[in-house]
Amino acid sequence: MQVKAPDRTAAEPRTPPHRPSPAAVPSRWRSRTAKGLAYAAPTAVFVAVFFLLPLLLVGQMSLSDWPLLAGDRGLNAPENYTDITGSTLFRPAIRFTLLYTVIVTAVLLALALGLALLVQESRPGAGFFRTVYFLPSALGLASASLLFWGLYSPTTGPLSRLLEKLGLVDDPVSFLGTPTSALLSTVFLIVWKFAGFYMLILLVGLQRIPHEVYEAARMDGASRGQIFRSITLPLLRPSLALCLLLCVTGSLLAFDQFFILTKGGPDNSTVTVVQLIYREAFQRLNLGTAAALSIVVLAVLLLLNALQFRGLRHTDDS
Amino acid sequence: MTTAAPRRDTTVLTRALGRTPHYVVAASLAVIFLFPLLWNAWASVSGQPGTAQQSGYGFGNYRTLLDYDAGLWRYLLNSTIVSALTVALTLGVSLLGGYAFARFDFPGRNLLFLLTLAILMVPYATLLIPLYVLLGRLHLENSLIGLSLVLAMFQLPFATFMMRISFEAVPRELEESALVDGCGTAGALRRVLLPAVRPGLITVGLFAFLAAWNDFIAPLILISDSEKAPLPLAVANLRQQSMGAVDYGATEAGVVVLAVPCLLLFLLLQRHYIRGFMSGALKG
Repeated sequence: MQVKAPDRTAAEPRTPPHRPSPAAVPSRWRSRTAKGLAYAAPTAVFVAVFFLLPLLLVGQMSLSDWPLLAGDRGLNAPENYTDITGSTLFRPAIRFTLLYTVIVTAVLLALALGLALLVQESRPGAGFFRTVYFLPSALGLASASLLFWGLYSPTTGPLSRLLEKLGLVDDPVSFLGTPTSALLSTVFLIVWKFAGFYMLILLVGLQRIPHEVYEAARMDGASRGQIFRSITLPLLRPSLALCLLLCVTGSLLAFDQFFILTKGGPDNSTVTVVQLIYREAFQRLNLGTAAALSIVVLAVLLLLNALQFRGLRHTDDS
Repeated sequence: MTTAAPRRDTTVLTRALGRTPHYVVAASLAVIFLFPLLWNAWASVSGQPGTAQQSGYGFGNYRTLLDYDAGLWRYLLNSTIVSALTVALTLGVSLLGGYAFARFDFPGRNLLFLLTLAILMVPYATLLIPLYVLLGRLHLENSLIGLSLVLAMFQLPFATFMMRISFEAVPRELEESALVDGCGTAGALRRVLLPAVRPGLITVGLFAFLAAWNDFIAPLILISDSEKAPLPLAVANLRQQSMGAVDYGATEAGVVVLAVPCLLLFLLLQRHYIRGFMSGALKG
């Protein structure tokens, strides 16, 4: 594995400002090592106690009979795993999470790219539009979901009334009433909330493309479409890959928006995998199966991250 | 002269006309992005049947919020405590950790750095189930301190990376001259390095605050006592209060209270926010 941070300066041997006596070198080196360890100690404690320990614990829990209230009742492997794959919601939740991820990623990245291209040039007002498109990203996801819950209300929400006034519909619209409309309404909320965030990542990528490349292409008589296809898109690939990674990961782990907006309904049609973990743990009161499900999600995500990480590094080399 | 002037006018005109579709598209999108925010702010103070603000304009919905269950002030206090603790813990740990990773050589340095970044690879929900059990064993269940510790841990990958590159960007001579002048490494950190890495600290603090203030799933799982709920959880709970009747007005007021600090902070500290994106730290 490779670390992104440049290691060069830290790896260089320290050149002391004045030459210490030979006997002083080892003790001084030792004290610098000790000091480094001391400064890193809080990080080490945090990583050990709140990351590594829970990671081991979730593994143990997934192999144990572990009711929420009674606690550990000993190993029962592989019962938790067979339990969750046998549960009626398991397959629908996976199918729904995948469908949601595909739709959100496609719509979000296309719109974010459009927005980034729209505001990249320094026309008057570009800064204003950038800020406006980004504003929803400053909100929390739970706050945004609560906001859209009111916005989509068939009785007091403005959208339904607007459509009625325009004569497009006769009765109040139930934006969350059917499985399809609930899915699409949530997608709209997420696109509204995150488009500016991904726009910003892509803007950073666009600004890294040297001006001379565009000028050379224009001198050669390339059209705008050609420039976009053969210069902008290829040179933007690392940024696009980063957006893809963040968007796919975020969507596969969707929780807040469905918990607040659709509550998994109607008829459990919008239950995501992470919602299933929550239900196993705190509604069916079984931490063992919740842990098993968590391990499955972790495995899928690690696999996906490894695949995309390879793609990301590949594009970084070019 | 006389012939050139009108020609220049027409080019200015055609250029302006050529830009018009661009502005029409940009402005329509701006309306779509702004509308939900503006509508929510307006709806929270305007009259609606079924809310505390039956008619006219006023702050009835905010009064509902003040009296709801443990009261708005209690929830605001909870959220403030959690956010302040998370920011303080994140800043403290990542300042020392960033210094260690950037300037010192010690056994396990690269392994620890990789493990810190690996927090990003593990889904939030996967860790929250065992953390629920673990905090119980540490007698930190249902506690704002336990919640802050967990939220700070989730901030560490970004924060440590950000602080490491901030320290690496400071010239070594600056620190060495302080060491020659008789400062210890702690003195050099406090007097010389701290001012130099301040922009990094502001970025880390801003991200930590926004994450802690807005987090929903961690308090949902780790806090069971409604008195201790942070604001997002309290507003989400408020919807189901009285016999199935939903109070849209109070929810809209709650969204305003939740959103205003985030929007203000973003507008004030935009530069520091953007730096988080530029740093490449998001690539973790």
